[in-house]
Amino acid sequence: MNYINQKEVIKRMSGRIFLNGLFKVIFLLATLFALATLGILIYRMVTQGSEYLDADFLGNFSSRFAEKAGIKAALIGSIWLMAVVAPVSLLLGIGAALYLEEYASKNKMTDFIRMNISNLAGVPSIVFGLLGLTIFVRSLALGKSVLAAGLTMSLLILPVIIVSSQEAIRAVPNELREASYGMGATKWQTILKVVLPFAIPGILTGCILALSRAVGETAPLVVIGIPVIVHFLPEGILSQFTALPMQIFDWAKRPQPEFQHVAAAGILVLLIFLIVLNSIAIFIRNKFQKRY
Amino acid sequence: MLKIQVKDAEQNSTDNLKVLQTDKKKTVYQTRNLNLWYGEQQALKDINLDIIENDVTAIIGPSGCGKSTYIKTLNRMVELVPIVRTTGEIIYRERNILDKNYQVEELRTKVGMVFQKPNPFPKSIYDNIAYGPRIHGIKNKKILDEIVENSLRGAAIWDDVKDRLHQNAYGLSGGQQQRICIARCLAIEPDVILMDEPTSALDPISTLKVEELVQELKQNYSIIIVTHNMQQAARISDKTAFFLNGEVIEFDDTNKLFSTPSDRRTEDYISGRFG
Amino acid sequence: MVSFKQQDSQSVQQLIEQAKGKGSKKLMEKIMPKILFLTALVSVLTTIGIVFTLIFETFEFFTRVNIIDYLIGREWLPFAGDSPAYGVLPLIAGTLKVTLIAAVVAVPLGIAAAIYLSEYASDKIRRTIKPILEVLAGVPTIVYGFFALTFVTPIIQTVIPSVKIFNAISPGIVIGIMILPMIASLSEDAMSSVPNSIREGALALGSTKLEVTLKVILPAAISGILSSIVLAVSRAIGETMIVSLAGGSTPKFDMNITDSIQTMTAYIVQVSSGDAGYGTTIYYSIYAVGFTLFIFTLLMNLLAHFISKRFKEEY
Repeated sequence: MNYINQKEVIKRMSGRIFLNGLFKVIFLLATLFALATLGILIYRMVTQGSEYLDADFLGNFSSRFAEKAGIKAALIGSIWLMAVVAPVSLLLGIGAALYLEEYASKNKMTDFIRMNISNLAGVPSIVFGLLGLTIFVRSLALGKSVLAAGLTMSLLILPVIIVSSQEAIRAVPNELREASYGMGATKWQTILKVVLPFAIPGILTGCILALSRAVGETAPLVVIGIPVIVHFLPEGILSQFTALPMQIFDWAKRPQPEFQHVAAAGILVLLIFLIVLNSIAIFIRNKFQKRY
Repeated sequence: MLKIQVKDAEQNSTDNLKVLQTDKKKTVYQTRNLNLWYGEQQALKDINLDIIENDVTAIIGPSGCGKSTYIKTLNRMVELVPIVRTTGEIIYRERNILDKNYQVEELRTKVGMVFQKPNPFPKSIYDNIAYGPRIHGIKNKKILDEIVENSLRGAAIWDDVKDRLHQNAYGLSGGQQQRICIARCLAIEPDVILMDEPTSALDPISTLKVEELVQELKQNYSIIIVTHNMQQAARISDKTAFFLNGEVIEFDDTNKLFSTPSDRRTEDYISGRFG
Repeated sequence: MVSFKQQDSQSVQQLIEQAKGKGSKKLMEKIMPKILFLTALVSVLTTIGIVFTLIFETFEFFTRVNIIDYLIGREWLPFAGDSPAYGVLPLIAGTLKVTLIAAVVAVPLGIAAAIYLSEYASDKIRRTIKPILEVLAGVPTIVYGFFALTFVTPIIQTVIPSVKIFNAISPGIVIGIMILPMIASLSEDAMSSVPNSIREGALALGSTKLEVTLKVILPAAISGILSSIVLAVSRAIGETMIVSLAGGSTPKFDMNITDSIQTMTAYIVQVSSGDAGYGTTIYYSIYAVGFTLFIFTLLMNLLAHFISKRFKEEY
């Protein structure tokens, strides 16, 4: 049998190899496009915003005048928001992950909870805003407070925290659990003394990434009706407040061109806030990874 | 692990150069002073081997002796490991395949390979076999049909699968999958077939079938087979090379190598004293 | 911890025996699973809360506006004083325009990047680029919105002068950039999970890397790739801030992408940032639109789930 004409094969070879080389370049360019966009985006924000980013900007409240506008209320507001979101979402998220990984038996209820979590992760953030508006702001009468916004944000990032915590808990070798049971430890003792200490770096890394998503989220805050012109700092979790992305949204919408620079300066503050959070996550990951 | 007698080393290096004299038959591969490193670690040391057309050449040796590395050098699959470096030459049909100008795609069109574990593509049996001809430009359905049938017959699996050519190849047993892989290799009408421990993942009956197949394929192809199974080498090969620590210790007619090995280490290995 | 030296001639076993008596160990063993179960239930309650809220308020909306008019109406004019019109099609059209443009940008680029990372890039390059893509995915959408409005739109306007300041192209492209890392990363995962032995098999037949990728790896990883696209599109449908800043607020039922549009999400933002009083029809309309949006994304997510289950390859 001789179906394959070797001469023909050799003739086609150079074309095929050229095509491979060409597409390699195309694939590389597509990858570089994504990276270049990130570079341009950051460069734009720095060039537009850096001249407005100074001590006054950090120390002033917002204003009708671009040169007087500051981000104090929003920055402090975002920190307050985190103070609610972090404990609520961490406790609920890690608790749910522990239940699903350590206690849940394989039954329909468990399957339903899992399925529900993965679907909840796909619900648009603005829909969570509608939930927060109805339940927390109106039904529970919490108003447009730090607490109402914080609870809404906690529910929004809950699926992310559960899933990443589950992964971290799943990575704990079963031998460790067995060793603990082998010494007569109970299930809860094993979880508290063996599973959690092992999994906590992974859990925290995932949680911080989820929290940084909450810092940057705008849509739910808009729907809840968080004000943008705030000339005071929150005094407690029931105070009204504003947050970084809300403030940026407000500035970005204003027609005066100077406010574009103010918005860019606000974005720089937001990005620095996020970089700090992420650095903490990387620090935790590196510090604890070495131990095992 | 093994302990090698150092005093034999000198005598051995002269053996390495002992290339088999072949009066009538042509050689397909001539390996000359081949050295190969993975990073800093040398995996092949000064290999010299001539492989003869339409022979079954077996390569035996303990794990880590470089036998797999060597066979993967023959179609340059070894280059998939990014840190590999080679010196020396492998002449295949008058051209040095280690020359950077030698296109690997061209080489691999002529030198087929069967792997340790069956690795059919997650496609239908038909598409598995037709893959090679298709990438080489054959589109005619009738010709493809013929190639598929002939290749499957050649790999002695046509009767098992002729009624389910369009079912996924993953539905077959391990032994059947391996013969599909051999058929896939035959479909591009190679000159040489490299087999890297092709039966190590198979049960005894499937192994027997593949061994019988090798005997048949020998009529039309030159076959180089790596095996850790000495009985298998003795059963199916014409020539056998014994590798140890990246060197060729002995290369001879299979009958001779297994009955009266000239090197002590070969004798130790085939009598099961190490490895 | 218990010391291994025997204190007061008591053995460790005796100490353990004594500890058993007091401690709240048994109580914790009983109560913790229940507490943890309750935390797991919160996610279920959230879903119930969302569905219940949306249905309840949407129902209220449909006591005021005919559901048929809502579903097939081609005009969305809630602020038109005496004769408001609540036909949702213009908002859906706006959403689909932006989503389609985003998909046109993100799908080819995302898959190309995934192919580069999975099939061509060295380990070192892959380990450098993947975290950068994660950063790109972590940029807040408000930042992307600002970027679309102040950078991408002016560029488009220089190229095509007829494009308005608010349009569908600019937010579409930027949403595409936003979902690109998601497609790239999930598709890369799907392609990397195709075993290497299959690549080797194809290469050993004389294939180029391109042929291996297009004819073997892509078909093998197709379920993962498709579901990543569906998830990313679902994200694009629900994206809010980019379209609120750069898309405009003119809902129109047409195919024009150079003019101001409004998406479902942007409408909710417009009403929320304004002074639509509690209890007005406009107030309830955001729930109806939110419910419509929820149905869209839910269907996409279920589709993604179905694809990855149904076409799962066993290697």
